[in-house]
Amino acid sequence: MSLLWLIPALPFASSFVLLVAGRALGKRAAAWLACLAILASFLFSLVVSLRLFSLPAGAAFTQVVWHWINVAGFQPRVALYLDALAAVMILVVTFVSFLIHVYSTQFMLDSEGYERFFAYMNLFVASMLTLVLADNLLLLLLGWEGVGLCSYLLIGFWYQDEANGLAGRKAFIVTRVGDTAFILGLLLLFNRLGTLDIQPLLQRAAARWHPGAAVAEVAAFLLLGGAVGKSAQFPLQTWLPDAMAGPTPTSALIHAATMVTAGVYLIARTHVLFALAPAALMAVAVVGLVTLLLAGCSALAQHDIKRILAYSTISQIGYMFLALGVGAWSAAIFHLVTHAFFKALLFLAAGVMIQAMHEEHDIFRMGGLRRRLPLAFWCFVFAGASLAGLPLLTAGFYSKDLIVWSSWSSPLGSVGLWIGALIGAFLTALYIFRLIFTVFYGPGPERHLSHLPGPLEQWPMIVLGYLSMLAGFIYVPGALPFHFTARAVGPGELGSEIVAGAVFFAGVYVIYLFTLQRPSLTDALMAGASPRRLRDFWFADWGMDWLYDRALVRPTIRMARAGKADVADRAFTGIAAAAQALNRALAPTESGLARRYAGWIAAGAFALILIAVLR
Amino acid sequence: MPFWGLILAAVLFILGVAGLVARRNLLIMLVSIEVMLNAAGLAFIAAASAWAQPDGQVMFLFILAVAAAEVAVGLALVLQLHHLTESVDADAASRMKG
Repeated sequence: MSLLWLIPALPFASSFVLLVAGRALGKRAAAWLACLAILASFLFSLVVSLRLFSLPAGAAFTQVVWHWINVAGFQPRVALYLDALAAVMILVVTFVSFLIHVYSTQFMLDSEGYERFFAYMNLFVASMLTLVLADNLLLLLLGWEGVGLCSYLLIGFWYQDEANGLAGRKAFIVTRVGDTAFILGLLLLFNRLGTLDIQPLLQRAAARWHPGAAVAEVAAFLLLGGAVGKSAQFPLQTWLPDAMAGPTPTSALIHAATMVTAGVYLIARTHVLFALAPAALMAVAVVGLVTLLLAGCSALAQHDIKRILAYSTISQIGYMFLALGVGAWSAAIFHLVTHAFFKALLFLAAGVMIQAMHEEHDIFRMGGLRRRLPLAFWCFVFAGASLAGLPLLTAGFYSKDLIVWSSWSSPLGSVGLWIGALIGAFLTALYIFRLIFTVFYGPGPERHLSHLPGPLEQWPMIVLGYLSMLAGFIYVPGALPFHFTARAVGPGELGSEIVAGAVFFAGVYVIYLFTLQRPSLTDALMAGASPRRLRDFWFADWGMDWLYDRALVRPTIRMARAGKADVADRAFTGIAAAAQALNRALAPTESGLARRYAGWIAAGAFALILIAVLR
Repeated sequence: MPFWGLILAAVLFILGVAGLVARRNLLIMLVSIEVMLNAAGLAFIAAASAWAQPDGQVMFLFILAVAAAEVAVGLALVLQLHHLTESVDADAASRMKG
């Protein structure tokens, strides 16, 4: 257990070495160092997690590394806290990150700034691990901001192209909106509860505030604001599709292991507080539902392969928020885990395809890749089936249907949420199989492939492919010799699962009909003006970017332009100008002639005497 | 009687000021300043005799001492200026005009 601090420290150290001496190490050594740091971090995670799981359920472990600050009763420690939730998170984060790192060693080989890339990636993972293991909210905030910084650095990694830099800036600024709410929430919590250590804080909150207390609601809403920004939920989801400007392994890392899951983790970590705030919890569920539906529709209208996957992530995180909102904490984390596997795989496979197709992102210009990139094809089939929830076989089915069922069965759930979740599942099947059918079966140009995946790109994909199928069985009673939760599947859940399975097959059949069997149907549908307009509206993500541009960006720019003229400064520049004018007027009186000065002195004296006499 | 003394002092003082402002010769200006100083001394004497107080006379002695010191300093300055400007014209030393 005393090894806990090494888990975030190793990637930090490796990142530091790579930043300082990356060039000197060379590409090979840099790649080895980066991968080994993450691998060691994963092994340590495994060791501490196994020891934790051997303890009775509910056990937790705290390691104080050092005392950070000690000012007037405010004593945040740099302390790490490991419980089952944190253990699951560090295992997933380190393992998926390790696979993505291995993949990147080959994928990024021809890219400029190879060592810099790995330095950022390591820093990203280290920040995420700090966030997950943090014992107090201040340290969590440190990791939180570190993750934000690294996403900015990696999205704008190819900074020579201005669009990439702008995308990085957008990600940073939009998440900053949420972070501000998060910081305000921290200040409120500290002000009211006198501590930022998570466990004492939650205990005090539960002891002092009755459910529905206004202060608990406000604090929970502020934390939700932070989570919404970081996890790209409605209405702050606009940064994530643009974040596709970064290298593909970065996208995989952001979407699977780090960054966007931070919001889900935050809410799960502070779920005691959210349980005290029913309105905030309801808001979490509604935000999740709205996001998963909006993003599902948007994904259906995209034709950039990475943007489809980005909207898919937003939608799946929406599922996690929905689960959190109905109080199904473990369902949310379960979906986070399975999603990490299949979404990482989707991105890695997409990266292989994009490289093979001369950096082509448009799915309608790919076509017919089934025979030419068989591994990418099978990965997409497995991961896509898992994402859409192919019944019984895939991990995504178990995690998503647990959420779908919880959205009804939980005391906070309702039929409306259940139906919404099912519509979302239908949309998921539509958009992901639209991608698969178009890219792998559709007609495509017979261009020669510019790059075939190397072995280091292939085996992480194979591992993730197995996991996207198998990771679900940890939750199925009796499927494995050990299981984390003892539970039986009741008739209601079984019914919900049958409906969800039917929805999956319906979705796949509908999209099969529209893309492969009778493509003329799509043309017929798009012949009308209003479906086309709807598609364009969805393509633009419900006009959110347009709205923000008009409502926020342009007024800000206009204000900046107005401010450039320094209206408020006029008062001060006016004083300076008046002083200068006075100087110009009085300068000739300083003639340098002593006689004249004497004359003025005499005149002044006479004037004073005159005043004194006459008054 | 002290009235006339004060009038005389005022006239002397005004003459000194007029000389100081009107003349450009440094030595004459110094003399004008002496005239003004002595006008002030005369005013003290006149006032002392008017109120039968010795303080005014004591003051005049002070003024004499100060005047001696002032002349010493003033003449030294005149000498320095003469070195710089090669003349005794006060207006020639106007390099510090604004």
